[in-house]
Amino acid sequence: MQQLVNTLLGGLTLGMVYAAFALALVLIWRSTRIVNFAQAPMAMVTTFVALRIIEGGHSYWLGFAAALVAGLVLGAVVERVLIRPVEGKAEINAVILTLGLFIVLHALAAVVFGNRYRSFPAAFGIRGIEVGDTTIALTGFGIFTIVAVLVVMGLLVLLFRFTDLGLRMRAAAFNQEVARLLGVRVGRMLTLGWALASLVGSLAGLLIAGGSLVHPGYMDAVVVYGFVAAVLGGLDSPAGAVVGGLLLGLSLSLVSGYVGSQLVALAALAILMAVLLLRPQGLFSQARERRV
Amino acid sequence: MSAARPGLAMHDVTVTFGGLTALSGVSLEARPHEVLGVIGPNGAGKTTLFNVACGFVVPDAGTLSWRGRELQRLRPHDLAGLRISRTLQGLGLFDRMTVLDNVLVGADHDATSGFWSALLSLPRASRDEARLRGRALAALDELGVASYADRYPASLPYAVRKKVALARALVSEPELLLLDEPASGLSDAEMADLGSLLRGLTDRMAVMLVEHHMDLVMSVCDDLVVLDFGRVIATGSPAEVRDDPAVQAAYLGNAVDATPEA
Repeated sequence: MQQLVNTLLGGLTLGMVYAAFALALVLIWRSTRIVNFAQAPMAMVTTFVALRIIEGGHSYWLGFAAALVAGLVLGAVVERVLIRPVEGKAEINAVILTLGLFIVLHALAAVVFGNRYRSFPAAFGIRGIEVGDTTIALTGFGIFTIVAVLVVMGLLVLLFRFTDLGLRMRAAAFNQEVARLLGVRVGRMLTLGWALASLVGSLAGLLIAGGSLVHPGYMDAVVVYGFVAAVLGGLDSPAGAVVGGLLLGLSLSLVSGYVGSQLVALAALAILMAVLLLRPQGLFSQARERRV
Repeated sequence: MSAARPGLAMHDVTVTFGGLTALSGVSLEARPHEVLGVIGPNGAGKTTLFNVACGFVVPDAGTLSWRGRELQRLRPHDLAGLRISRTLQGLGLFDRMTVLDNVLVGADHDATSGFWSALLSLPRASRDEARLRGRALAALDELGVASYADRYPASLPYAVRKKVALARALVSEPELLLLDEPASGLSDAEMADLGSLLRGLTDRMAVMLVEHHMDLVMSVCDDLVVLDFGRVIATGSPAEVRDDPAVQAAYLGNAVDATPEA
């Protein structure tokens, strides 16, 4: 029983991070039909920005905030400089560009930050919380992870559902031509969408790095899990991405706890194949978005 | 006098796609308080003409002016600011937004408060929001579809969706309304409604429409432009155009006698 609870708690924390990363992919996919494979190294770069600042003697929170801002800026720059020129052409062009960016950022990070493992601090304790005389698999940092992802998701919901800007961003995502006719500056909305997605990706990067080791490739597995989570949720649906992330986190945690941790990556791919074979539209893409 | 105020004028507009000439030396004017109909057989260039008027297609030659000023490098998102609205043949409603949100996107460009004040729900943002919602509801109400405000477009009958699309075009209070086949898919009764609605709109704006249904065109339009193979082959009042031999030869002869299908 205790093992099950611990496995599920671990899965919940992990699932929240996958959910955030999947959300980053979905935000870009639904407005541009591009899977941003560079999301992982983009988050890696911003995490290294945070590490530099923290290692420079500044507080964790300054590094944290700087990484999020760097993510925002990096997303906007990537959209404007790399994606905009191929806009209107086949989406595969942009997807291949993101793959190219993946490699470039990797190489640049190795040059600038070094190619070895370095430990990244956590803002809160990374030891299990004690309940009575047992220690459960929920850490202070785990709670922070869950709260941070929930807060960011909440802010995004507020933005998309309850502001004019969010309405215009949704309009631009659903139908660019119509949105333009209605006076929406679609280009700006796309830039902002990439910036926000990149910010959410950066958050996932920081949360995975916390209390762990980072190197230029540390996010690469996460892009696979994030992608599986996004496909699970239907790629088009932000809510689906969140549920997909949580489902995937819990499933992989159960696999790791009861079958063997070496099978986690394989299990993720098995889930991906099962979804694509049985329900390629994902679990949520049919569902209407409702007002929350 | 407002009648003297110029509307949308095209002068000698030519558009080619590769080797195909879609429009050739087309001139026309959509004047305030009038309904201008553009008719012609399929492939005559009607939709291209609309695409020029809203900046989707840049003409190879010729000029476009609005309210007496030449429009250079017109881009689609500039239209709303110029008080030009357009509906699309496919309606182009956002299926995953409510009817009210659909219309709000059209009302949006006037919103003055920014991102942060909106996010933080500052009073100014709330006032904007309330004002815009009021306008969007009024636009829906004017077309008799306000009761569907919270529904999603895909679940509504086609005629209602058409009205929602029209409300979305009207909410920005345009001075020129471009309607791409407004009557398609409507019943006779609905078309009659549409006709009187369009006449009513001329109080406030110029209307330019592309349409196949001759009954509607003949009863609603003040002026007609007839296109064939990208050229203007006749202009004038509906009666003049109907009697024009060139028009009868090219296009109208059968269509007018055979009452169009509902």
